[in-house]
Amino acid sequence: MRNIFTIFKKEVRSYFNSPAAYIVVTFFLLFTGYFFGTNLFLMNQANLRTAFGIIPLVFIFFMPAITMRLIAEEKKTGTIELLVTYPIKDSEIIVGKFLSALMLLAVALVFTWFYVITVSLLGNLDGGQVIGGYFGLLLMGAAYLAIGMFASAITENQIVAFIVALVIIFVFFLMDKILFFIPAPLVSIFQYLSIDYHFENISRGVIDTRDLLYYFSVIFFSLLLASHALGRRKGD
Amino acid sequence: MIELKRITKSYSGKKAVDDISFTVERGEILGFLGPNAAGKTTTMRMITCYMPPTSGTILVDGMDTGEDSLEIRKRIGYLPEMAPIYPDMNVMDYLDYVSELRRLEGDTKKSRIREMIAVCGLDDVLGQDIGQLSKGYRQRVGLAQAMIHDPDILLLDEPTAGLDPNQIVEIRELIKRLGQEKTVILSTHILTEVQATCSRIAIINRGKIVADGKPEELSAGFHGRAVLLAHLKAPREALLEKVRAMDGAEEVREMPTDDGTVGIRLESPFGKDMRESLWKLAVEENWPIFEMRREALSLEDVFRSLTQESDASLS
Repeated sequence: MRNIFTIFKKEVRSYFNSPAAYIVVTFFLLFTGYFFGTNLFLMNQANLRTAFGIIPLVFIFFMPAITMRLIAEEKKTGTIELLVTYPIKDSEIIVGKFLSALMLLAVALVFTWFYVITVSLLGNLDGGQVIGGYFGLLLMGAAYLAIGMFASAITENQIVAFIVALVIIFVFFLMDKILFFIPAPLVSIFQYLSIDYHFENISRGVIDTRDLLYYFSVIFFSLLLASHALGRRKGD
Repeated sequence: MIELKRITKSYSGKKAVDDISFTVERGEILGFLGPNAAGKTTTMRMITCYMPPTSGTILVDGMDTGEDSLEIRKRIGYLPEMAPIYPDMNVMDYLDYVSELRRLEGDTKKSRIREMIAVCGLDDVLGQDIGQLSKGYRQRVGLAQAMIHDPDILLLDEPTAGLDPNQIVEIRELIKRLGQEKTVILSTHILTEVQATCSRIAIINRGKIVADGKPEELSAGFHGRAVLLAHLKAPREALLEKVRAMDGAEEVREMPTDDGTVGIRLESPFGKDMRESLWKLAVEENWPIFEMRREALSLEDVFRSLTQESDASLS
């Protein structure tokens, strides 16, 4: 635990010491701000449906941007060699770094409360939906980040890490959008595997263990794979 | 103590380290000497558990790197080549971070950090980002992180690269001092460095250890010959002829000089001192001696011939 915390602290500090975190958060807020605002100004509706509908899509681009450097950069600069020869487990490195990315996501989400508060002043928001929505966003974001960690662990090129993460996430995202083309017996499998499908459930305010289980298993397996990728040193 | 038993490491079929075995005892400083890409770094990386060997076993204090990696890593301080350290951290934060990963706490942590700052001379740069430091300072930060937990085993990959001459002397003294009670392996391609610091030398070339022993053993035992250089004021032919006729002179060559004397290089069997007989010869013939010195075959010669010989035998 202590090692995880040490890594976490170091990574959070380096996020906020560099402009990258501020740029990512700013752009995230600009994008989401637009979608929080469209309902209000264009459709005269004080609700968050559009926002919660769009943010999962925005996440597809922003989560890989957050995770891409975490391991790829250490591989590129060689600092990984020192890190993995300290007496820490590979899994502790992965989890510590993952949590730091999650922290950045949480910070970005906290800032969107300004929008939520603004909307709630103009109309009645369904509290359950808001809480469910945010909880879902956090879970879904965490799943994306875990996939991003894996992508970052398999390469030393940040751009490659970004693209690989984006493609994997996009496939998971699309799964319940293409059900129309899927043979009937496979439909429920594809639906269950879709990241967005579970988010829709949670953002309605319904928290089901099946959905939680889904997210936690995506996170767990992605981090497990990331940890394996890290342990596989070159030359093996 | 570090034991390597028949270690081989291949990268996609090519052997970077080829069936090497050696043991380093506590209190020994092993200088790992070899040309670039000889397998020094790969060997170190296997001992530090950074990568597993393709075959063979490595025991560190009796523990296998494949099984007790975590425990082994606790005991090792490692400075990789080029000292890869986070450029966006400042020196103080970095030392703090490393000491936490090394599980140092409270006063021990503070005093160890303070000691490392003093030993490695980091006072002036504590608040600076590591990315902005000169190469020498970065190297010193690297040394500090390797020694911060006072490890029993130190593996240093080219520890003095980029340091200025004064720092080099300081760091060598430090390594020598540490080496009295620890197990130290340092790799280098600087020959004077091993002569100055190491109690034992292993020369590695193309993944194989081609020589292993004390520095003086290596330079003496290699050719088995003593070399004497002398400048005399004498007629050239007569001098060479007389010297060649001396008892024990195995090979005599003329060496160029710049002061009108005749220079000779005289090789004799190891242990046979030719100075006295050369002096007697000079006195008999009334040839003034301007200069006379013995020359041990330098480590450099040993190194060059060993590493080039095996190059030649392969081609």
